[in-house]
Amino acid sequence: MSRRASGLRAWALQRASAVYLAGFGLYLVLHLLTQPPADHAAWQAWVARPWVNLGLLLFVPTLLIHSWVGMRDLLIDYVWPTGARVLLLTLLAFGLVASGLWALQALILARMG
Amino acid sequence: MSTDQRPVFLELWRIRLPITGWVSILHRISGVLLVLLLPYGVYLLDLSLRDPQGFATAQAILGSGPARFALLLLAWSLAHHLLAGLRFLLLDLGIGVERLAARRSAGIAIAAGLALTLIAGGLLL
Repeated sequence: MSRRASGLRAWALQRASAVYLAGFGLYLVLHLLTQPPADHAAWQAWVARPWVNLGLLLFVPTLLIHSWVGMRDLLIDYVWPTGARVLLLTLLAFGLVASGLWALQALILARMG
Repeated sequence: MSTDQRPVFLELWRIRLPITGWVSILHRISGVLLVLLLPYGVYLLDLSLRDPQGFATAQAILGSGPARFALLLLAWSLAHHLLAGLRFLLLDLGIGVERLAARRSAGIAIAAGLALTLIAGGLLL
């Protein structure tokens, strides 16, 4: 198992990432509910704002770490056959990294306009 | 006694889970739902940012029937995961650890999560 995200370190990572996700995530949800973007130009301009863009770029790896630690805990708790567990952990890792890179691509392209 | 011969009691319908246990298992279930919805969210983010046509398509997708159901599921997952998560953070700080307080906050987290889902449902439907 990975030493970099297990035990006390995983516990601490999960809580530190939770604080950022809760804070920025709440801001995102409230903004989208109160001021939904009217059209593509407005949406793109909002995402390209330096602080929003930076906040989103930081949101992606934080979300990936939080998802990885949480799902890894669940797979260790509920999936006991080693082969199945390793397979699911591998699929999870690829899925998360692919989603993350995809999101970063979209955010950086939006920033460049 | 080897680990293979340990007695196992896993008759789920006979295990009466306390409300603090419900918050915990629902926190896990909502977390899994959020991870499963993540690729769709990234797809919509990319689509909506691509060009005006993509933005319109994303809007149409979000307005469709199955998407409204998914959004409702997303609303509950987000609300419950956030509230239960904040409760766990407070417990980690030693706040509300006593049994009565922990039970009360568990009830509040579940109820508030459902209330927020109802509000979101009102906004969506």
